[in-house]
Amino acid sequence: MKALTIAMVTVREVSRRRLVLALVVLSAFAVALTGWGFSRLPGIRDHGVPITAADLTLVSSQLLIFVLFMFSAVLGLGAVMVASQSVSGEVESGQALAVLARPIRRAEVIVGKWLGLGALILVYAAVATTAEFLVVRWATGYLPPHPVEAAVFVAAEGLVLLTLTLLLSVGLSGITAGIIALMFFFITWIAGVAGAVGTVLNNGPIEAIGNISRMLLPSDGLWRGAIFNLEPATVVAVASGSREAAANPFTSLSPPAAAYLAWVAVWIVAIVGLTIAAFRRREL
Amino acid sequence: MAGEVPAIHAVELTKHYGHIEALAGLTMSVPRGEIFGFLGPNGAGKTTAVKLLLGLTSPTAGDAWLLGEPIGRAGARRHVGYLPELFRYPAWLSPAEVLRFHCRLIDLPRTVREDKIEAALTTVGLRLRANDRVGTFSKGMQQRLGLAVAMLGDPQVVFLDEPTSALDPVGRHDVREIIRALRTRGTAVFLNSHLLTEVEQVCDRVAVVDHGRVVASGTLDDILGGGVAVRLHVTGVTGLASLLCRWGQVVAEGEWVTVRGVDTENIADIVAELVARGARVHAVEPQRQSLEDRFLELLSAADDGAAA
Repeated sequence: MKALTIAMVTVREVSRRRLVLALVVLSAFAVALTGWGFSRLPGIRDHGVPITAADLTLVSSQLLIFVLFMFSAVLGLGAVMVASQSVSGEVESGQALAVLARPIRRAEVIVGKWLGLGALILVYAAVATTAEFLVVRWATGYLPPHPVEAAVFVAAEGLVLLTLTLLLSVGLSGITAGIIALMFFFITWIAGVAGAVGTVLNNGPIEAIGNISRMLLPSDGLWRGAIFNLEPATVVAVASGSREAAANPFTSLSPPAAAYLAWVAVWIVAIVGLTIAAFRRREL
Repeated sequence: MAGEVPAIHAVELTKHYGHIEALAGLTMSVPRGEIFGFLGPNGAGKTTAVKLLLGLTSPTAGDAWLLGEPIGRAGARRHVGYLPELFRYPAWLSPAEVLRFHCRLIDLPRTVREDKIEAALTTVGLRLRANDRVGTFSKGMQQRLGLAVAMLGDPQVVFLDEPTSALDPVGRHDVREIIRALRTRGTAVFLNSHLLTEVEQVCDRVAVVDHGRVVASGTLDDILGGGVAVRLHVTGVTGLASLLCRWGQVVAEGEWVTVRGVDTENIADIVAELVARGARVHAVEPQRQSLEDRFLELLSAADDGAAA
């Protein structure tokens, strides 16, 4: 119950920061701008000939993946920035002292922060993806094949980054925790791209880099899941026959395995557990 | 009987940070309804003691209990209020929201929350700023909010760590009144301070701590060595020193004589004795050693002891 109290105050506090206001305003602007861009697509003429419905679907789906990549990156960066301040920042400022002197367990504080920040991530992912999907549908008539699943994967990627950053923020200052989390985020993304190239080239060691990095930090693995759910079946079919397309970082030929999703759940629980253990040992 | 369980009880409570001994075997007991002053220079181990008692830091050795419950357990902090030395509250919330949050943390019944919040804000003088953002507050106002947080829910023990560090004279006076009101209600107050006047004015008992060790403890009278010094201007009698030595330690300077360690009850007897012996007594000046003098004396004695 105390965890819910912490979660509620975390949501209230974070949602009042200018960071969140800026995020909301800029995201709304991005949705509007991309909506305008998508609305121009049906009017495009290829060598004087109007674009075909199939081409419109192909172009819309690819562009939508790019736009969602931006949203997922903003969500990931936002999660890292807010989470990196949440534990160490409050310990360093003294804000944690008055709270932890109450009859509350440290585990409840960590779980509460995770729930509060996680709720904000879910809300942002749900609202931003829904708004973008609706705008694209209005502009081009295109809707990705599995919009809900795609949004869930984008949100899960944010949750994974939140989880990692909370762990780092127990022992490190806010800036250090944030920078390290961002480096892991980008490194796994690049390792994921490298892994895809390894797969195409049938190079075992390079392929292994992608697979191992996706196990250690599942953010890129989940982003691949989002891509797969944003691709029309025709795109997957065409890409499956092309080596170049298979290595494209914005293409995913297969959905993440159920075992991988189970691993992600275990990973999140384990890292939160580690965070609680580290916070219990932290001297205030 | 619950009343017999001390508010705070510590036995050989010790904390090391690497090779630094922040607190060396603190043993003490604070009964309910007592104002206990923990006095010492900066870095003496005062804040470490409070953090250990509140479970914010774990002890290297020793045991302690808050209201009979072992420290470190969440339950030990159920009826405890705390104003940290480093006080800071969520900048984007209002004082009322901060207090509501703490009401939930201490499971205060929903029906009494708003009344308790208003009472706490009124006591610390923040009622008119109840809905402003904490981030816009001065340090003094944040410390007042910290006091309100510490008093919320009628705690049985309140830890105040340098509670007036950011306050003006009016604020300091208010804090003294708040502390006295807490005692009247039966709350034990553990007051960390390096401000001697603050301690002198409100505390029932005091421990002087230096380099992690308690160098003196007891009531203020105990700490001040008991009794007073009496300075007398006497003429018309010889052998003053031998005459007065049974009342205390005598130092004669011409017509003036100082007798140290005199029980205040005996001052009239001294004067009567002198007059009976034919002396003329021109002046009688009882002098109490100030806590500040005694404090400096204790610290320098502790330093000498450590150096020896």
